[in-house]
Amino acid sequence: MPERFDVIIIGAGPAGYVAAIRCAQLGMKTACVDKWLDGNQQPVLGGTCLNAGCIPSKALLESSEIYEQSLEGYAAHGVDISGVKLDLSAMMARKDKVVAELTQGIAQLFRANGITFCRGHGKLISSRQVSIENGGSQARIIEASHIILAPGSSPVEIPAAPLEGDIIVDSSGALNFTKVPGRLGVIGAGIIGLELGSVWRRLGSEVILLEAQEAFLMMADQQISRDALREFGRQGLDIRLGARVLSSQIKRGKVEVQYEDASGSHQEKVDRLIVAVGRMPNTDKLFTAETGLALNEWGYIHVDDQCRTNLPGVYAIGDVVRGPMLAHKGSREGVMVAELIAGQAASVNYDLIPSVIYTHPEIAWVGKTEQALKAEDIPYRAGVFPFAANGRARALGETTGFIKVLSHAATDRVLGAHIMGPQASELIACATVAMEFGASSEDLALTVFAHPTLSESLHEAALDVEGQAIHVAKIRTKK
Amino acid sequence: MTTTIKVPDFPESVTDGTIVAWHKQPGEQVKRDEPLVDIETDKVMFEVPAPEDGVLEKILEQENAVVVSGQEIAAIRPLSGSEAAQAAAPPTEPADNHEEPVITPSARKLIDEQGLDPARIKGTGKGGRILKEDVLRHQGVIGGGEAAPEKAEPPVAPPSPTPAPEAPVPASPRRAGAGREERRVPMTRLRSRIAERLVEAQHTAAILTTFNEVDMQAVMALRQNYREKFERAHGVRLGFMSFFVKASVEALKRFPMVNASIDGGDIVYHGYFDVGVAIGAPRGLVVPILRDADSMSVPDIEKKIIEYSDKAKQGKISLDEITGGTFTITNGGVFGSLLSTPILNPPQSAILGMHKIEQRAVVREGEIVIRPMMYLALSYDHRIIDGREAVQFLVTIKELLEDPARMLIGV
Repeated sequence: MPERFDVIIIGAGPAGYVAAIRCAQLGMKTACVDKWLDGNQQPVLGGTCLNAGCIPSKALLESSEIYEQSLEGYAAHGVDISGVKLDLSAMMARKDKVVAELTQGIAQLFRANGITFCRGHGKLISSRQVSIENGGSQARIIEASHIILAPGSSPVEIPAAPLEGDIIVDSSGALNFTKVPGRLGVIGAGIIGLELGSVWRRLGSEVILLEAQEAFLMMADQQISRDALREFGRQGLDIRLGARVLSSQIKRGKVEVQYEDASGSHQEKVDRLIVAVGRMPNTDKLFTAETGLALNEWGYIHVDDQCRTNLPGVYAIGDVVRGPMLAHKGSREGVMVAELIAGQAASVNYDLIPSVIYTHPEIAWVGKTEQALKAEDIPYRAGVFPFAANGRARALGETTGFIKVLSHAATDRVLGAHIMGPQASELIACATVAMEFGASSEDLALTVFAHPTLSESLHEAALDVEGQAIHVAKIRTKK
Repeated sequence: MTTTIKVPDFPESVTDGTIVAWHKQPGEQVKRDEPLVDIETDKVMFEVPAPEDGVLEKILEQENAVVVSGQEIAAIRPLSGSEAAQAAAPPTEPADNHEEPVITPSARKLIDEQGLDPARIKGTGKGGRILKEDVLRHQGVIGGGEAAPEKAEPPVAPPSPTPAPEAPVPASPRRAGAGREERRVPMTRLRSRIAERLVEAQHTAAILTTFNEVDMQAVMALRQNYREKFERAHGVRLGFMSFFVKASVEALKRFPMVNASIDGGDIVYHGYFDVGVAIGAPRGLVVPILRDADSMSVPDIEKKIIEYSDKAKQGKISLDEITGGTFTITNGGVFGSLLSTPILNPPQSAILGMHKIEQRAVVREGEIVIRPMMYLALSYDHRIIDGREAVQFLVTIKELLEDPARMLIGV
C-alpha cells in the first residue's frame, strides 16, 4: 500500500524546499524527494543553489575579494600587510563549511516542519504517484493528491568542449579547482562566467572569457553593460565578444581552444577551461511518457501563470519552467503553489523579479531596461547618480558605478532601477519594494534616506529624474 | 464552550469568497438556524446559519474580507443562564468607515497643493493606495489610457472613465458646488464574473442572431380558456414560459445540433435537455436549469419556475441549480423589449429570446387583422449551427407555438 501524502515535491532546491516548508506550514502532510549526494555520498538538501551554485560561489567570491584586497587594497587605508599567502584548500574548506551549515539548516527545518524527506531519484509515474529509485533496489511508490515538480536545471554541455575531469569543467567543477589555474578560459561571459572568472582572476589566474554574443550582458540595461565591460576589462578580465568556440583538444594537461570571431579564426591555450554557456531544465527521466506531461517547445515543463502543468493536480516550479532561472523566482513560485493547493489566492509578479551579478562592483536591476522601454515605445525619463558623488562610497573606497532610475514620463511611476556599485544586491531591494507599491520617482525623492549611506544614491537618482539631485549638477538642455 | 463558525465548503471551481454582510454583531444573541453572515462567490451567495443558540462572541473576518473554505470567521458561545432570560444585547457601534485611504508622498503633495479631497480620488495602488498617477488622472492631467504599464491589479477595478476635466488650478481651494459628480462603485464579484463570462462568450463563439415572429393567438386562447381549471388543478398560474420550453424541447429534438456544445475540438451532442430559464434577481441575472425538460409537463415547468423565482428573489439559488444546461430561454418582454439579440450562455450553442407581445396589424388570408405578435430571436454559435438550421429551428418553434396541438401529436 503506497504511503499517502497531501503533497509530494520532487526536488529540494530553493524552489522545492521552500514549497515543502510552506506546504507544511499550511498543514499539509508533505514529502520531498531529492537525489543530491555530497562529496561523502550523503544526501543533502538545497539543490544546485546551496551545493553547486549561489552559496559556494558567493563564499568564494567573498574569500577571493578579501585576498585581492589584502594584496592591494589595504595599503591605501594605511594598513601595511606583507607576506600575504593564499591557502586555497583552506578557502575551499571554508566554502564547504558554509554549504554544509546551510544544508544542515534546511534538514533541521524539514524536521521541525515534519516534512518527510525521501532520498532518491523521483519520477512522476501518474498524476498522483511518484516513484523513488535508489540505486539497484526496488523503486518505492508514494502517492499524493498534489505533486510539485521542482527538479531544477543543469549546466549545458557543448560538443566543442566536452567535460573532462578537472580540466574542462562546468560551473560545479569550477568551484572546486585544487590549484589556481595559470591561464583560465571561460566559455560564456554571462552571469556565471563573469562570477567564476572574477574569483580565479583575483586568486591569480589570467582569465580569458569567450562570449558568442556580439553584445555584452544583453539582458541588463545597456548603460550598465557598457560601464561594466570597461570596468571588468580594467580589472584584467579579457572579455572577447562575438567569439564562437569551434573545438578544443586536451594536450599534455592543457586545453587548446579554437574559436572564430569577426576578425577570423583564433586559438588559445589555457590550463583550465570552464564551460558556462547556460543551463537547461532537468526533464530527462523526470516523468514517464504515460503521464502525458507536456513540455513546451524549448524543453521546459509547460505551465500556466500559476505553475499548473497540463496534468490536474501536478505543478512545476523553478528552473524547470519558463522565466528567469533564479533561486528567488523558484522560491516564490513554490510559495504560490503551496498556497494555491491550500485554497488561497496566490500569484507571482514576474515583472518585478530582481537580478543580481555578484562581481565587484556588483550589478543589480529590477523592472525594465532603458532599451526595453524604447523598444516598447513607452515614454520615460531617467535619473542617474554616480557613486563617486556619494559620501559613504568615498569613505568605503568604492566609487565605481552608478544608480539609474527610469520613470514613466507621464505618470512618474518607477518602471526600472539599475545599479552597478557597492552592495547593489542589497540596494535593489529598496527599489523593488517601492515598485511593488507603485511608487513614483517623486515618492522616492520625498522619502528620507539615512546619511551617510549608499542607499542615498537611490534617493539622488530619483531626484535626478527631475534634475533636482543635490549632489550632482546636471546641465539640462531646455526643450 | 465556544463554537467556531467556519466558511462552508466551496464547490471545486470556486477558490474563495467575500464576506458581504454580517447579520449579527458581537454581543448579539443568535438563534439556531438564524442567518449569521452572507458570503458571496463568483457564482452564488452562501448564507451561513448559526449552528445553535448562543451569543456571537467575536467576528474574525469583517465585511469585504476574502475567505476560503473552512476558514474560521466567528465564534459563538452558549447563552449564560441570565442571558437566556435577558433581551438581546444592543449591537455594538458599526466600525468607522471614514478613515482616510493611504496616500503616497507624491500624491499627498499634489492633493495638498491643489486642495483636493482624497475621498473623491480612486486609488489604484496596492490595497487601494492613492498614487501620484491617480491624482494626475483625477485632475485630467493624464488620460485614463495613458496610464503606466500596469502589473497584475485587483480584478474588480473597472476601467477609469475620463473625468469631467477640472482645470488643474494650483492655488485655489476645492471647487464649490461641483454638480457633475461621479460615483464610483467597484463591481460586485457576481457582476464582474458575469461580465467576464459574457465577453468570453463573445470572443469564443461566432454569435449570429436570426429573427422571426410568432402569432400568440393560439397560446393566449388556451390560457384564457383553461386558466381557472389549470390553477385549480395545479395550484399555479399557467404562464407563457412552459409553452416556450415545450416548443423549444421539441425543436431541439428535431435539430440536435442546437442542443450540442463545443468542447476543445469536439462537438458534444447532449442526450438530454436541460433548459435554462433566465430569471432576473436583485443581484443580477441567474439562469436556473430545468433538468430533463423533455420529461416535464406544463404544470411541472410552471411550478419549477415559480420555485426558482422565489429562490432568486431571496438569493438562495444554489450552484448546482445554475450549472450545466444545454439551451437557454430568456424573456426580455417582461421589461418591455420588442426585439433584441441575446448573448450565448457558454458553453451552450444557442439561446432563445422572447419579447413583448404587441397587438399588431398583420395579413391573414389576404385580410388585415390584429393579432398579438411576439418577435423571437435565436442567437446561435455559427461554428456548429448553420444558418439554415438556425432559421428552421426557430421556424419550428414558431409553428409549434402558433398551433400547440402539433406538439401533442408530434408533427
